[in-house]
Amino acid sequence: MKPKHQRLLLAGAAVAALVVAALLAMPAMREGASYFYAPADLAEAPVTPGQAIRLGGLVEEGSVERQPDGVSISFRVTDRLESVPVRYAGLVPDLFREGQGVIADGRMQADGTFAADTLLAKHDENYMPPEVADAVAKAEAKAKARAVPPAP
Amino acid sequence: MHRYANPARFLRIAKPLTGWTFWSGLLILCAGLYWGLFRAPADYLQGESVRMLYVHVPMAWLAMGGYLGLGIAAFSALVWKHPLAEVALQALAPVGATFAALCLITGSLWGRPTWGTYWVWDGRLTSVLVLFFLYLGIIVLMHAHDEPSRGAKMASVLALVGLVNLPIIKFSVEWWNTLHQPASITVTGSSIDGSMLWPLLTSASGFLLLMAGIVLMRMRTIIALRKRAARAARMAASA
Repeated sequence: MKPKHQRLLLAGAAVAALVVAALLAMPAMREGASYFYAPADLAEAPVTPGQAIRLGGLVEEGSVERQPDGVSISFRVTDRLESVPVRYAGLVPDLFREGQGVIADGRMQADGTFAADTLLAKHDENYMPPEVADAVAKAEAKAKARAVPPAP
Repeated sequence: MHRYANPARFLRIAKPLTGWTFWSGLLILCAGLYWGLFRAPADYLQGESVRMLYVHVPMAWLAMGGYLGLGIAAFSALVWKHPLAEVALQALAPVGATFAALCLITGSLWGRPTWGTYWVWDGRLTSVLVLFFLYLGIIVLMHAHDEPSRGAKMASVLALVGLVNLPIIKFSVEWWNTLHQPASITVTGSSIDGSMLWPLLTSASGFLLLMAGIVLMRMRTIIALRKRAARAARMAASA
């Protein structure tokens, strides 16, 4: 074997081994490398109340309620499997709205609600002009109306 | 492919190609940015800040594409010891580092109004920061030795090891929960509306051609500098 071929084999094998190792190792450290817990993660393995964690998911449709004190809101964060009630006092980000993603820093309380200190809005991968978004929303509403038969 | 690794042949092709790629890239980039920044619609949720897309996304693609090129150059430099591969390594690294830095800066400026924060340590943001540091490490190693080819060898090893970071960046948004959104453009299609996708693809092609022009320019300069250094060494030896 010429030295050139030896180097080719060595470098090729080294790169392949590194990439395979990364592809095996990285997805395996799911929880460790994740930025937040989804409600289903919390349902599966509850965290101790009072421990600082991040909770992420979608703001459940129709769940946002202003509290009587005027600065607090409550809503539910859902991943469509489980949902967690959240309380937060302060300014919400511009993109905070029902049906959109949100990430909350805070602690689980003993009563099962999540007290958030900060809120970040999570953007999804959809980009469209307002007219298109309107058309999509209308079409979805129409499809929903068609799917639900009128009450007898 | 080995035919083109000859520096003299490379220079013959690179000379006319430099101008063509650079100027056509600049033209297409201006058209793409004008389209994206002034003509394309605002987003239904993000409003005007969506316009960061037309710079941020091409920067991200090219920082990663540039690193792949760097990896290939490093591989050929180590295995076949092509002098041109070393030149490509040296020419690509600062350009890629600049694109990675611009990707991080534009992303951060977009994150503040959209997410509510400039920076978080999630999987995607952290792995792109590592990409930037890899570029810096390669540049430093390349200049760490008096003899350029020894430095290039060390830099090549780091460049090859750093290749593992590319799939990590790509799949970070799928493997882990991240603040960064998943990919919009996949093999099955795009979740970016056509009115925004076309200006994005235009500005990305412009940036790509511009990058090619700059890298070719740098490669020709490096070859000329090496020739001059070799001639000076020869003259010093014969004197």
